[in-house]
Amino acid sequence: MSGSSRPASRSRQIIPPRISAFFSAHRSISIVVGMALATTLLPLVVLLPPFSTFSRQAVWIDGFSIAGVFVLLALGLNVVVGLAGLLDLGYAAFYAIGAYSYAYGASPFSGLHVPFWPMLLVGAFSAATFGLLLGAPTLRLRGDYLAIVTLGFGEIVPIVFLNADTYTNGTNGIGGVFKPELLGYTFPLIEPLPFYVTMAVIVTVTMIFLYRLQDSRLGRAWMAIREDELAANSNGINTVTTKLLAFALGASTAGLAGVFTAAKLTLVSPDQFLFTVSFTVLAMVVLGGMGNIWGVAVGAFVLYTIQSVLLKQLNQFFTETQVPILKDIDFVQYQFLLYGLALVLMMLIRPEGLFPSRRRRQELHEAEFELAGDGDEAAEAPEAVQ
Amino acid sequence: MDIPTITQQLFNALTLGAIYALIALGYTMVYGIIELINFAHGDVFMVGAFVAMWMMTIPLGLTGAVNDPVQIALILIPVLLVTMVVMGIVGILIERFAYRPLRSAPRLAPLITAVGVSFILQNIIQAIFGPSPRNVPQVISFTNRFDVLGAHISYLSVLILGLTIFLIIALQLFIGRTSLGRAMRSTAQDREAAALMGVDINRTIAATFFIGSALAGTAGLVHGLYYGSIIFNLGFFAGLKAFTAAVLGGIGNTTGAALGGFLIGFVEVGAAALGYSRWSEALIFAVLVIVLVFRPAGLLGQQVGERA
Repeated sequence: MSGSSRPASRSRQIIPPRISAFFSAHRSISIVVGMALATTLLPLVVLLPPFSTFSRQAVWIDGFSIAGVFVLLALGLNVVVGLAGLLDLGYAAFYAIGAYSYAYGASPFSGLHVPFWPMLLVGAFSAATFGLLLGAPTLRLRGDYLAIVTLGFGEIVPIVFLNADTYTNGTNGIGGVFKPELLGYTFPLIEPLPFYVTMAVIVTVTMIFLYRLQDSRLGRAWMAIREDELAANSNGINTVTTKLLAFALGASTAGLAGVFTAAKLTLVSPDQFLFTVSFTVLAMVVLGGMGNIWGVAVGAFVLYTIQSVLLKQLNQFFTETQVPILKDIDFVQYQFLLYGLALVLMMLIRPEGLFPSRRRRQELHEAEFELAGDGDEAAEAPEAVQ
Repeated sequence: MDIPTITQQLFNALTLGAIYALIALGYTMVYGIIELINFAHGDVFMVGAFVAMWMMTIPLGLTGAVNDPVQIALILIPVLLVTMVVMGIVGILIERFAYRPLRSAPRLAPLITAVGVSFILQNIIQAIFGPSPRNVPQVISFTNRFDVLGAHISYLSVLILGLTIFLIIALQLFIGRTSLGRAMRSTAQDREAAALMGVDINRTIAATFFIGSALAGTAGLVHGLYYGSIIFNLGFFAGLKAFTAAVLGGIGNTTGAALGGFLIGFVEVGAAALGYSRWSEALIFAVLVIVLVFRPAGLLGQQVGERA
């Protein structure tokens, strides 16, 4: 994809054309630059009011590294939902499998102490294996069966971790999980910066990988299946294998996030991986813009920050100022009502999300574009609209 | 296990199965007509349970058992009818606002709104009734019972079973013999052709949602009466199990859904009777996966291809 063929959107024109052309031609560099900028600026921005009044810098950085976990989850789910168009409602299960993998690999509970870095791969690999096991029977069927099977799987995995208490320590979970080490330096419990930087690196690498993948043969096959499975099949794409790869790849990203979470919190327990996690990540992907990697990443980050910081601040603000009615509302409690409303409204009004991918928008507004012109002209319509 | 225990468990399974069958009918009808897994359906059942509970406790002021059979009938029949109508309207509203605008959108879109609606319903109920379980007045006491082969059979179980069978037969007759039922069948077969033959598609789909949700509301009422306690997230697993029932019976097939509901009831009670009640959800999920792998069309269904 060359930079010249796409119409420059209004926001891009602020940046000089030469620089914008450079970054659209060198995606990996632009991701590294973008992530490096974000990683450096975020800890500095929170020193300014009003952010500095909410909490200390260390607390913010700690929150950002967990936000990174959700960015990673949203990026992975985006492969499944956004690129391949499969609805996975049990995504938290793979996150749980990743986390428990690390807990087994490095905790007093199992007596093993495998270093963190190889365990990242092990976690990703075991989550992907479960993704394959679950996907193989169901991906042959109609797409919506996958939704319900993953919904069930997402619910069953925490139950298994809860009930098989001989192997998982049941509801108490596995505690005392070992911290990561790098060249003899053990990540401290209180200082959040090493985890924050690690997360930023993981997210950057994942984003580069996913961007490359999206433009590869496999990525185009996913989009073809999403748009018309029958046509994709007729054009020689093995739809089952391709869907299975999307499913396994999405699962492996969740596995990475799980390993990181286990190492960060030093505890894994079944109640960290309930359906609300899958639902939150789905809301992040839908709001951010299915199919758009940057959109999904930003969407996840913003949404997590809102839910973990802003809602509490709203509560505090209304309680302190004694605003009638509003002071009695617990906004944190209603976050899922808000997500539910957001999902429905987004699908009805702006199904392509807040930061849409151009291709996805075309697809989701297909009916309107077809009305605008007949046959071949329909494909031209989005260009004309812009 | 001795005969009384087995008879007892058999009756428990039938009662539980009746509740699942009522919910499964709604899943299967909606799927049959618009090919959508209505994720919000389990929560419609839950809302029905709360509507019925509210009516019995607040306007009627009931707290416990009522002994006079005439009085029971005078309470339960209006409560049942109001619950059915209210839930039917809720179903129509959900269809009107969350699914109808997306009827020609990619499949993913209505599935996502369905999940959204499910969360909205749960959170509305949680906001009104609180996050902890609520008691439902046990209008028909469990002490009102008779003995069969040494097992205690409460009149409530008999009532639930009778009501379910009555509704299943009524539904079959409705779909098979009335003009609206014929409109539903034709819309399910080929929506465009049905529209050309003069069927009002929107009205027919709305009617399907009304009936399915009214049945789920009925299930909610009897669930509350049978268990005596309801909670806002009740619909999640009930929905998953009822969906398994619908798939097991053959999705799109109403007889199959009823059959599947009873089978799932047997699986769950069987697991509990053998001491594995903690694993009943996992077991039913395993049933779902096994059915999907080996007989995706279900016991009584036909093979359906992917919508082009």
